[in-house]
Parts: sequence; C-alpha cells; structure tokens
Amino acid sequence: MIIATLAFYLFAIVAVISALNVIFQRNPVHSVLWLILTFFNAAGLFVLLGAEFVAMILVVVYVGAVAVLFLFVVMMLDINITMIREGFLKYLWVGASIGLILLIELAVVFGGWVMSPESEGLRGAPAPAPGAVSNTEALGLLLYTDYAYVFQAAGLVLLVAMVGAIVLTLRRRPGVRKQKISEQVNRRVADTLEIVKVETGKGAS
Amino acid sequence: MTPEAGMIGVGLSHYLTLAAILFTIGIFGIFLNRKNLIVIMMSIELMLLAVNINMVAFSSFLNDLVGQVFTMLVLTVAAAEAAIGLAIVVVFYRNRRSIEVEDINTMKG
Repeated sequence: MIIATLAFYLFAIVAVISALNVIFQRNPVHSVLWLILTFFNAAGLFVLLGAEFVAMILVVVYVGAVAVLFLFVVMMLDINITMIREGFLKYLWVGASIGLILLIELAVVFGGWVMSPESEGLRGAPAPAPGAVSNTEALGLLLYTDYAYVFQAAGLVLLVAMVGAIVLTLRRRPGVRKQKISEQVNRRVADTLEIVKVETGKGAS
Repeated sequence: MTPEAGMIGVGLSHYLTLAAILFTIGIFGIFLNRKNLIVIMMSIELMLLAVNINMVAFSSFLNDLVGQVFTMLVLTVAAAEAAIGLAIVVVFYRNRRSIEVEDINTMKG
C-alpha cells in the first residue's frame, strides 16, 4: 500500500513537472522530449490503476508514434527560436488567470465528489474479478463484441486521418526528375521502336 | 483496488486532482505559446492526456471497463488529430515560412 502511494506521488510529481517543462521550454525539441516523459509517467499511473493495456497503448501510440511525429516536424521546420519568446509576458497573466479560474472550477466540481450508491448497478461493463482474466483479455472481450462498431469507427477515423495527411503534404514539384514506374511499364515496343527494311545502296532515311 | 482510501492510500480524488492540474497546464500552454503552433498542439495532447487519466481513474475505481474502451477511442482521435494538425502546420510553413498564430489570417474576411 505504501509503495503504491509512493509510486503514485513519484509519477504524479514527475508528470506535472515535465508537463510544465513542455510549455515553458524555449526549444520545441526539448518540449517534445518532456512530453515523452509526461506520457511515460502517465503510463505508470495507468499501471497503478490496473489498466495495463491502456498503459502500454499509451507508450506505443503516444511515445512511439505521436511524439516521434512531433519530433520529425519540429526538426523539419526551421523555427526561429529567439523570436518565439516575444510577447511571452503579455500572455502570461491572461493565461495564468484563466488557468487559475479553470483550476478553481475543477476543484469545486471534483472536490465534493462522492460515488452514488446506485453506481454499482449502473455500470456498463463490470470489470471481471481480479485474477479471473487479465485486463487485456477483458478489454478485448468487450471491444470486439459490444463495442465492435465503435472500434470500426475508430479505424475509419485513422484511415481518414492518414488519407488527409497524405493529401495535404503531397506535392508535385516541377523540374524534379523522378522515376515514373507506370510509364516505364506501359511502354510498348511499337511506340518507340521502328524496324525499317533498308535496301542495299540507299540507306535509311 | 479499494474504492475508499484512508489517509495514506491514493483515492479517486488524487487522480482527479492530477488530471485537473495537467488540464490546466495544457490550457496555460495554449495561451503562453502564441508564437509556436507546434507547442500549442503539444498542449492539446496534454489536455487529452488529462482526460484519459480521468477516464481510466473512474474506470478503475468504479470497476467498469467502458472507461478504458473510451480511453482507447480518445487515443485514436488524438493520434488522428496530431497527424492532420502537423500536416496542416507543414503545409502552412511551406507557404508562409512561419508557424506563428498571428500570421494565420489568410482566411480572415
């Protein structure tokens, strides 16, 4: 129990510190690296909560895909770092006051949170008893049966995002020589090659 | 995982507080980094992470797996959003050589 508590505070404090570093870092590359640390700590918290599968998905999807995507884009664009901090103080107070108001609102909402006594019976998919099936198996049993359509819709969202990202960034630059395989394959002998009977003494014209 | 937490144990409110703090940091980051669109997108990712922590915490303390299912859907949408958003940033940078929020006014009427 005490180890779980200590682990929670460790993960939580490191997560908050690295999240603060994400927004305060001068260099966007450092921001991405702090974001990766935040995600790792959130994954640790998920493991503490008994949601191992979501924790591993968080590491794979966020750290493995999203953060690397961010890193690629940050390094690809030539951003002027010295310009970035202009007007920093101007927005500091607006952002701080709005954040403080939001935090107070969230504290008011969640501070007096009590579970309703009926919540036990209102559960959509009660978790299986610990030790019966693993978290991953229980989640799979739920996701591929009751939530199959939602799962398909999530796949569709990813497909549309992939197509959209390709459509947005693909460009054909004129003047760049590239291999066009379809044209090469579609060439016919009759289009390019001509066989001429050459008579003796006349030559081909 | 016991729903009630004593003085030493970690209860639902601890996780909710952490998620609220992370969400606020995300909001704060959006206001702070007006010159850099990519850091704004990172702040949005932080806010989505806070939402995920909320959902997994409720799922764990209520013993209801639906929260984790929806966490995965939020992850999917976050990945799609990051891909599309970064593609837009790249296209915008190609056209304007800048990713400042103030420069994005081409569609202003």
